[in-house]
Amino acid sequence: MAEPAIKLGGKRKSIFIDKVKEILPEGGNLNLCLTCGACSSGCPATGLEGMDPRKFLRMAALGMDEEIMSTPWVWMCTLCQRCIYVCPMKIDIPQLVHNVRASWPREKRPKGIIGSCDMALRNDSCSAMGATPEDFTFVVEDVLEEYKEAQPEFADMEAPVDKQGAEFFLNQNSREPVTEPDEMVPLWKILHLAGANWTYGSKGWGGENYCMFLADDDAWKHIIKTSVNHAEDLGCKIYLNTE
Amino acid sequence: MAEDLRYIVKSIVGEENFIDMTPNRSNNYCCGGGGGFLQSGFNEQRLEFGRLKDEQIKATGADYCIAGCHNCHDQIHKLSEHYGGNYPVVHLWTMICLSLGILGPNEREYLGDDLKEVNVFHPETAI
Ligand code: SF4
Ligand code: SF4
Repeated sequence: MAEPAIKLGGKRKSIFIDKVKEILPEGGNLNLCLTCGACSSGCPATGLEGMDPRKFLRMAALGMDEEIMSTPWVWMCTLCQRCIYVCPMKIDIPQLVHNVRASWPREKRPKGIIGSCDMALRNDSCSAMGATPEDFTFVVEDVLEEYKEAQPEFADMEAPVDKQGAEFFLNQNSREPVTEPDEMVPLWKILHLAGANWTYGSKGWGGENYCMFLADDDAWKHIIKTSVNHAEDLGCKIYLNTE
Repeated sequence: MAEDLRYIVKSIVGEENFIDMTPNRSNNYCCGGGGGFLQSGFNEQRLEFGRLKDEQIKATGADYCIAGCHNCHDQIHKLSEHYGGNYPVVHLWTMICLSLGILGPNEREYLGDDLKEVNVFHPETAI
């Protein structure tokens, strides 16, 4: 059954999509849509909340700001970018979605994402689970000692935190150190056998970045800076993002 | 990157045991674990988003699904339970260490029953 036609307002006002175009390189190509539907046909979020990426973009282009700013669909697009990949005009719909997220009052955004971002802002770990640098360092050292003893073939294995001059800076999803520390070990073993000179950092080790998903751009930047600055202070050459 | 990962996975499980899903590489579908979806509270919608991914995985007929990152691992694990496929979802590091014979008894949380007891490194240290 066909959906009822969307009714448009009267004269054209200053619309949200124009503001987004101003801040994106090439305007995100946001006004080049051919309405072909390639984006929607391969988007797993198509149909959720009665929305799909083409519809979202068309509504934005038509100035239906209220509708696009209020639909919870913006929290159901995963920003995966498949739509850009298949779009003949390379239109950056996920950037539009991100900017709509950012236009929501912070306290109205999904509580779980706010909570994970706020946790990451609590201390220098930038961990969405709030673990402190001291807790992280303790867990890593403790688990390492245990395994060196239990598996003597790995008696020389290292899992350093803040090793000056290491080549690789490795971040770490918080889930392992906080809830399943044994799961950190296989990766350590692989790095050990490969002879990699690597380190974790006591600052910015948390690999997940919910402030980015929250579209809290200042907090997102703070987290990236904390981690990258620390990697640079340690003299690391390569940042390995395990997320 | 996509080819490097295929090289590694094939080296671990054997060329003949690797089954690509369709579509794959940059044409593949997101599983629904990204973008903050896992923490957004929209759980019903997240499972609906992931239905495509679950169907893709089942269509391969593979016994295991290897996930490349934590968000994906978490989400696909839930899809496997929710849609009844019950295929194990594992991290790449688990499979690498298993193939090298250095995967200890406490590092096997996500292996299925068929591999839980296979080639255990220092089995006496199980807790
Ligand atoms: S794929 Fe691109 S051009 Fe086609 S409808 Fe979607 S945004 Fe428009
Ligand atoms: S970025 Fe969003 S709109 Fe685009 S394909 Fe992914 S989920 Fe769909």
